[in-house]
Amino acid sequence: MATVLEPTEIDTMAPVSFRVLRVRRELSDTFTLELEPPNGAFHFEPGQFTMLYVFGVGEVPISISGNPAKPNVLVQTIRKVGTVTRALDGIGAGDFVGVRGPFGSPWPVTEAEGGDLVIIGGGIGLAPLRPAIYHALANRNRYHNVVLLYGTRSPRDLLFGAQLQDWSARLDIQMLTTVDTADRSWHGSVGVVTWLIPRAAFDPKTTTAFVCGPEIMMKVTAETLTRSSGVDPERIHLTMERNMKCGIGACGHCQFGPHFVCYHGPVFRYSDIADLLSIREV
Amino acid sequence: MTDMAQLLSEMSFFEGLSEAHLDALADCASGVELDAGTTLFEEGNSADGCFIVIEGAVAIELTIPGRGHHVIQTVHDGEVIGWSWLFPPYRWAFGAQVLEPTRAIRFDAASLRQKQETDSTLGYELMSRFANVLVSRLEATRLQLLDVYGNRA
Repeated sequence: MATVLEPTEIDTMAPVSFRVLRVRRELSDTFTLELEPPNGAFHFEPGQFTMLYVFGVGEVPISISGNPAKPNVLVQTIRKVGTVTRALDGIGAGDFVGVRGPFGSPWPVTEAEGGDLVIIGGGIGLAPLRPAIYHALANRNRYHNVVLLYGTRSPRDLLFGAQLQDWSARLDIQMLTTVDTADRSWHGSVGVVTWLIPRAAFDPKTTTAFVCGPEIMMKVTAETLTRSSGVDPERIHLTMERNMKCGIGACGHCQFGPHFVCYHGPVFRYSDIADLLSIREV
Repeated sequence: MTDMAQLLSEMSFFEGLSEAHLDALADCASGVELDAGTTLFEEGNSADGCFIVIEGAVAIELTIPGRGHHVIQTVHDGEVIGWSWLFPPYRWAFGAQVLEPTRAIRFDAASLRQKQETDSTLGYELMSRFANVLVSRLEATRLQLLDVYGNRA
């Protein structure tokens, strides 16, 4: 079972107003908000999420995409998919949004220490992984090989493009990127993200893997890591998404088999949920 | 064992083949060095060979009328390029363009087919390996068709 963290930062059910410091356009449908905590700091663990509230519109769960070592700003990357996220796209610097959290289980960055760390993101799934990447890079000597694998739809859908380039240029990690489709102007890899796994340098016996992306991508990636590469399913961690509402495992909206994603997750061990990933009704 | 047979024996694609079969395949093989930008083959042309990349990267492409070249996959170290030589009418189903300086092994298709016909065990071994490549690419293509990263809003 993944580690469960009790919400401690602010009262769990009452949103607190955070001022929008900056809005950064990432992709045509994706943007990042930088929010100012009213008490000066917002502490969180990599992998946790908040409930973001647009006053008068509604509330949505959003993963934290910022640096856990910089609690003076809460960074959240959002894709426009519904009423609330469209409303979030309409706000600007100086506006206020409501925040509850942080909620949920974190990426087990401490448990992974001493071995290889393989981080695999798909599409906007890179956003919830970024705090773990920041942590791993800031504590690089605690891990052996660090591998970042990222797959997305096309070259124009590369999230955090400038950072991807910075990470690719580093000599102390291996970063591989692929896209599902491209024209001749793209000189990188084309193909599904699982095809990057055989090209990555890691020891499956000591590897801890963090995987985030569309559910089918995580399922295929976890299967490839276990069956082809020999990584222990208990050391593969996926972050799940369901209809989170309360954030504290009380309302039941995000039930996922015997789990509540907001409370027992969103980060789960693959060994705990592998069977659930094949059940359509779950 | 020749140098080429030794090189083949070190590639995972040929893992488990007997020395005799490696020698037979080496008879059909030659090393090639390819510059970035080289057109390895074009869609529709005679599929007169296949390749295994030793080091480098090659884009597999499909030409879409009015839209140009569309890269559907890139092939990297240790991976195979080309299965059109296996099936009539032996025409390339896709094109291939070299992305970066690449070293590869080229196999002559006519020689490979002739050896497969005269040695059914070698034929089975090769077909099994190429079937794995085809299955892997079919599964990947299915995922790509799902457009899993697309915005469902």
